[in-house]
Amino acid sequence: MPILDPKKIKELFPIFSKEENKNLVYLDNASTTQRPKVVIDALKNFYETYNSNIHRGIYDLSEKATKMYEDTREYTAKFINAKSSEEIIFTKNTTESINLLAYTLSDDMLQKGDRIITTSLEHHANFVPWQTMAKKKGFILSVVPVKDDYTLDMDKFEELIKEQNVKLVCISAMSNVTGTIPDIKTIIKRAHEVGALVMVDGAQSIAHEHTDVQEMDCDFFVFSSHKMFGPFGVGIVYGKKELLDKLPPFLYGGDMIKSVKETCTLFNDTPWKFEAGTPSVADVVAFKKAMEFIEELGIENIKNCEMNLAKKAVEMLETHKQVKIIKPKNLDESGPVISFVIEDIHPHDIAEVFNKENIAIRAGHHCNQPLMSHLGIPATARLSFSIYNTEEDIERVELALKKLFEIFAK
Amino acid sequence: MSDIYSEIILDHYKHPHNRGKIKHATHKAQEDNPLCGDNIKIYIKLSDKKIIEDISFEGEGCAISQASASMLTEFLKGKPLEQAKAITPEQIYDLLKIEISPARAKCALLSLKTIKSALA
Repeated sequence: MPILDPKKIKELFPIFSKEENKNLVYLDNASTTQRPKVVIDALKNFYETYNSNIHRGIYDLSEKATKMYEDTREYTAKFINAKSSEEIIFTKNTTESINLLAYTLSDDMLQKGDRIITTSLEHHANFVPWQTMAKKKGFILSVVPVKDDYTLDMDKFEELIKEQNVKLVCISAMSNVTGTIPDIKTIIKRAHEVGALVMVDGAQSIAHEHTDVQEMDCDFFVFSSHKMFGPFGVGIVYGKKELLDKLPPFLYGGDMIKSVKETCTLFNDTPWKFEAGTPSVADVVAFKKAMEFIEELGIENIKNCEMNLAKKAVEMLETHKQVKIIKPKNLDESGPVISFVIEDIHPHDIAEVFNKENIAIRAGHHCNQPLMSHLGIPATARLSFSIYNTEEDIERVELALKKLFEIFAK
Repeated sequence: MSDIYSEIILDHYKHPHNRGKIKHATHKAQEDNPLCGDNIKIYIKLSDKKIIEDISFEGEGCAISQASASMLTEFLKGKPLEQAKAITPEQIYDLLKIEISPARAKCALLSLKTIKSALA
């Protein structure tokens, strides 16, 4: 297995060679990654050479653009090993992907009194839509808690899945706060045994873990381009074709129809019936380059490289006794995301001092307030790694930490 | 060295003035800064002559939000109600004597926001 050289990889990302970012240590990758030159070039190339609307034009330019857009759909299907490209819907982000499912499933497949299971590891994007639908439609929302070791409480899951009328399980494949990777396979198996569907939120896992939706056997899988080196503005819904066929459209308008009469409309086939209006064509086209980029490096190589860094970062943090790490002890059960808190120093102050040292980290509740209240903390500071991070970045973090302690010791 | 962590800010953060709950408060309010999880509770005791006889705060948050609450409550003690109502963000920044970036403005102004809702 080739070993990736993060310094060489860093050169592929133009942002790091800009004068103003010369000393930037970027550790907010769980929020959004940086983009390699190939992706930025693809955006520019589309606008300069192929710019036109898709699915409409009879002229060559539009046909070329349509082909590039649909090629990305094809590539996305292969990237996550979907059975066919018709199982791939483009949205604007993971949040919209989950809302698409929340609205359409609530309309057609779920009934009053049905149970939806989610977990306290979820991002608000995979929590608020279900909570809202539950209130609106009378579903019962159950939340699987995390244990003290920041892993999911599988005993509690087992209890909840045995309840009557569980129809849907919505679960993240990797927590954006603790990095926790739940036992998705067992969860899907058990859900299917009781006749429930499973929606997996892959926003965090997609850039760090190999994704095979057929092997996983999830019913729906959602993720975003911008957390995997692709452009902003592209979200993805994967759904099993037979399920997507049964669901009603989400948004209504142009491009999602076959024919419209004054009295009725015939909707388009899956997946186009879910893509009303002009999509973010250039972003979708350039997203293909992001997936190619990941495949060229190899997702296993990426994972090894990032986890090696995460392990070193955890070891470094552990040498400072004031630091409490909010992450499963067993690193195999988590991704390259490390939350931590420091006694008597608020995460905001940690991030502020880090910022002065040119280190970009996230501080806050990370769009997961239920987890924060469960852990009894208002917020955490979070380091999240990607392939361009280096051991030197960890040394810089340690220097910033020492500075922080110095400031607050005064 | 980080400019905003001046000695005075850190001193107020570690040894806050007016922290706790006063007895016989006539006005109180709580406000959160949901982005960072800061929260401030304000207790005010207003005299018949509309003077702030006593004022205190509780809550948790970053050094800026807590120091700001400490300094602002200290400043307002004994001042007339109308003066408290008229306080502007600029006056808070002057009080803190540090450069506040847009990202930290909400932290710095949380106690002011809470005082204003208590007095509203």
